[in-house]
Amino acid sequence: ADYSPFLGIEKGAVLQEARVFNDPQLDPRRCSQVITKLLYLLNQGETFTKVEATEVFFAVTKLFQSKDIGLRRMVYVMIKELSPSADEVIIVTSSLMKDMTSKTDMYRANAIRVLCRITDGTLLTQIERYLKQAIVDKNPVVASAALVSGIHLLQTNPEIVKRWSNEVQEAVQSRAALVQFHALALLHQIRQNDRLAVNKLVSSLTKGSVRSPLAQCLLIRYTSQVIRESANNNQAGDRPFYDFLEGCLRHKAEMVIFEAARAITELNGVTSRELTPAITVLQLFLSSSKPVLRFAAVRTLNKVAMTHPMAVTNCNIDMESLISDQNRSIATLAITTLLKTGNESSVDRLMKQITNFMSDIADEFKIVVVEAIRSLCLKFPLKHRSLMNFLSNILREEGGFEYKKAIVDSIVILIRDIPEAKESGLLHLCEFIEDCEFTYLSTQILHFLGIEGPKTSDPSKYIRYIYNRVHLENATVRAGAVSTLAKFGAMVDTLKPRVFVLLRRCLFDNDDEVRDRATLYLNTLGGDGAVVETGEDVKEFLFGSLDIPLEPSEEAFDINSVPKEVKTQPLAEKKAPGKKPIGLGAPPAGPPSTVDAYEKLLSSIPEFANFGKLFKSSAPVELTEAETEYAVNVVKHIFDGHVVFQYNCTNTIPEQLLENVTVIVDASEAEEFAEVASKPLRSLPYDSPGQTFVAFEKPEGVPAIGKFSNMLRFIVKEVDPSTGEAEDDGVEDEYQLEELEVVAADYMLKVGVSNFRNAWETMDADCERVDEYGLGPRESLAEAVNAVINLLGMQPCEGTEVVPNNSRSHTCLLSGVYIGNVKVLVRLQFGLDGPKDVAMK
Amino acid sequence: NILILDSEGKRVAVKYYSDEWPTNSAKLAFEKSLFGRTLKSNARTEAEITIFDSNIVIYKFVQDLHFFITGGDDENELLLATVLQGLFDAIALRLRNTIDKREALENLDVIFLCIDEVVDQGYAFTYLSSY
Repeated sequence: ADYSPFLGIEKGAVLQEARVFNDPQLDPRRCSQVITKLLYLLNQGETFTKVEATEVFFAVTKLFQSKDIGLRRMVYVMIKELSPSADEVIIVTSSLMKDMTSKTDMYRANAIRVLCRITDGTLLTQIERYLKQAIVDKNPVVASAALVSGIHLLQTNPEIVKRWSNEVQEAVQSRAALVQFHALALLHQIRQNDRLAVNKLVSSLTKGSVRSPLAQCLLIRYTSQVIRESANNNQAGDRPFYDFLEGCLRHKAEMVIFEAARAITELNGVTSRELTPAITVLQLFLSSSKPVLRFAAVRTLNKVAMTHPMAVTNCNIDMESLISDQNRSIATLAITTLLKTGNESSVDRLMKQITNFMSDIADEFKIVVVEAIRSLCLKFPLKHRSLMNFLSNILREEGGFEYKKAIVDSIVILIRDIPEAKESGLLHLCEFIEDCEFTYLSTQILHFLGIEGPKTSDPSKYIRYIYNRVHLENATVRAGAVSTLAKFGAMVDTLKPRVFVLLRRCLFDNDDEVRDRATLYLNTLGGDGAVVETGEDVKEFLFGSLDIPLEPSEEAFDINSVPKEVKTQPLAEKKAPGKKPIGLGAPPAGPPSTVDAYEKLLSSIPEFANFGKLFKSSAPVELTEAETEYAVNVVKHIFDGHVVFQYNCTNTIPEQLLENVTVIVDASEAEEFAEVASKPLRSLPYDSPGQTFVAFEKPEGVPAIGKFSNMLRFIVKEVDPSTGEAEDDGVEDEYQLEELEVVAADYMLKVGVSNFRNAWETMDADCERVDEYGLGPRESLAEAVNAVINLLGMQPCEGTEVVPNNSRSHTCLLSGVYIGNVKVLVRLQFGLDGPKDVAMK
Repeated sequence: NILILDSEGKRVAVKYYSDEWPTNSAKLAFEKSLFGRTLKSNARTEAEITIFDSNIVIYKFVQDLHFFITGGDDENELLLATVLQGLFDAIALRLRNTIDKREALENLDVIFLCIDEVVDQGYAFTYLSSY
């Protein structure tokens, strides 16, 4: 039955009932009931207005008159829930302070907790004396109350809490386990910025005996911290405190054993020898009857398997039995671990077990397994047949969109990275689209087929699959199939006649887009059926990426006026865990940073094509701080008479799609520069970097310098993260970026010479200039040398950029080529003048 | 976070110790998610555990009440399990071992007090075992 004593409860009525708190003769039972109702309301999500809260608070304060213990406890809880403001707090302060010094332990403990929750700095200094006494109180509940309150207060009033160090120190020695735990936590918090103090704390406690398992867990965590910070431990002997951690593996409490095992697995650069005892212990947990232990163990082993798969192989047998564990989280973790530690011979057996397992688990677990299988296949490419079959089989079964997309993405990556798998992979995908319920996936696969299919040895086998889509599917897929057919026709001349026959049938389709596409392809590819090589231009037009959608215009359409999209290169799968690999929609990365790549990139943009030869491209300079919504860096390309700024932009907000991204550059502090062109970025979706360019003219041959301030301007559209679809309407917005400078070093190419001396001698004496500079106080000689090298932007020769430790002087040889093809050699002599000043010649 | 839900997933008593669920609707959505995910498992004899959305969840079912403790995914799972056991023992003692929804609602004040004592603003505080 749906019985509840709170049935039909209503805030207004209860607030009325609270009037009973004002009675001169308090009925504790009744008042408790009312408080319970109030708490229930708050707990269910009901809110009090400021006025109501204040009223209730005042009423509750009257209850201090009653001596009933049960009621007093409720009062304490209520006050904490109401979170009174500073001026309201004053009313209860004296009552609470009285309780804090009461003989009843429960009053003292809870009054402390309440006071510390609602207090401010001034009140705190008043009660500080009592808190210090409470910390070393005989009654553990009181001591714990004060200590825990101290931990919270450390956030807001650290200077005050730090004064209690001595008392807290004493409490760490307490016989009461919980007090020790809380005291240790507080002491560590107080000292945590002082590495030496933490070190001492850990040293003394690891030798002594810590009573409470909770405290022991804390100690293990602090020990790990100390180990991490004493970095120089790679040489002889064990790490400091390793023995302590290893000893904890034999503790009575499972919680401690686990904490220690986990800590060992997380040590920096841990060795197999160090890992062994921890893994042994975790292996035992794997067969525990308690799900929590099995889970904790398998999760930790899973993490270890990422970096030390060999260390975990001993546990494989236990893990295999976990595949059938009742708890599906445990089972999934077991499988993914086995996939990481498995060797080539166990793959087949593993796949058999997994097949049964997949139908039992939820989609999000399935995705994890799919990704693990993909990694496994890349590790053992010879096994691609059985793994690919597996993927194809699960693709055919029930599943949601994200899951199927993950499988398709995996198959695509395998096709790309394992050439032997291409044919079978493509066929699997073809079979899938015969039955695929997701338009998005069908169209993506068709697109992919269009790219890869023509390159195979026998493209004709795919035609049937593609053409069937034209019959059987919805308009979007049909249109995609038409495009794919045309691609086959364009790339593979022998297939042209067949393709044309099929395309002609599409001319009678119901849908406009399908008919239009068919018409377009037939006409441009030569619909007379002749087997003729399709011109590159035509291919480019049909299948290359055209950039900006067309504006309606009165003029006749001219294909040359449509700017071509700047092509960039796809990423390879990242090996780091937790990174999203690329599936069908290969997002472009920033162009690889070599001069050739940049040259190619810039010359493919018509506006910049006539700037001449690219002299130099700078390294990317960040224009935003880390972790901002939009990350932008800029590469400065220097030409003879022009400068092009390439802004690499990344949108880190999944809920946004940016369009028409440009950078508005203010060149008022760069008088010699005049803006001549700007190339906007059409679309910048989440997590997919793109480029926009701004070009400036400058006087030829002159190394002009200047400062430029930048503002990112774009149209932002909201995106629904679950479907990936953007709204139609966008809002214009701007985002301020940092300034960038063009400096003299930008005009200097780093070109080394192998024999500096020779090069120096061969240069004309007229070209030589000598000067002396005092560089003022610097951090060190090495730092000064580096700074000058960076300023000049030249190439250090013969290893002279390295300054030996403790030298008082140094000679540095630099060479470079200045714009206008002028060779430059520089010989720098640095000397330490006094303790910190550096002089340079 | 500590959550006690009934057999239909409705709140009996909850306490959140994090700002990750700022609005009540966020909390309710979380509770619904939590309930749905754990419904099918049998967490009566031993405490069960699962993980979703970077939350570790330890839970136990008694009669028509579902008890949950949740923590971040870098927590020590065994520690959380101990907190759950502590809460459970405290309530069992005060309710004289009759733990079901009706008793809980009749004695909601006891429940609130136990929750208040077991965890103080996210720090495991007191419980009756030897820890």
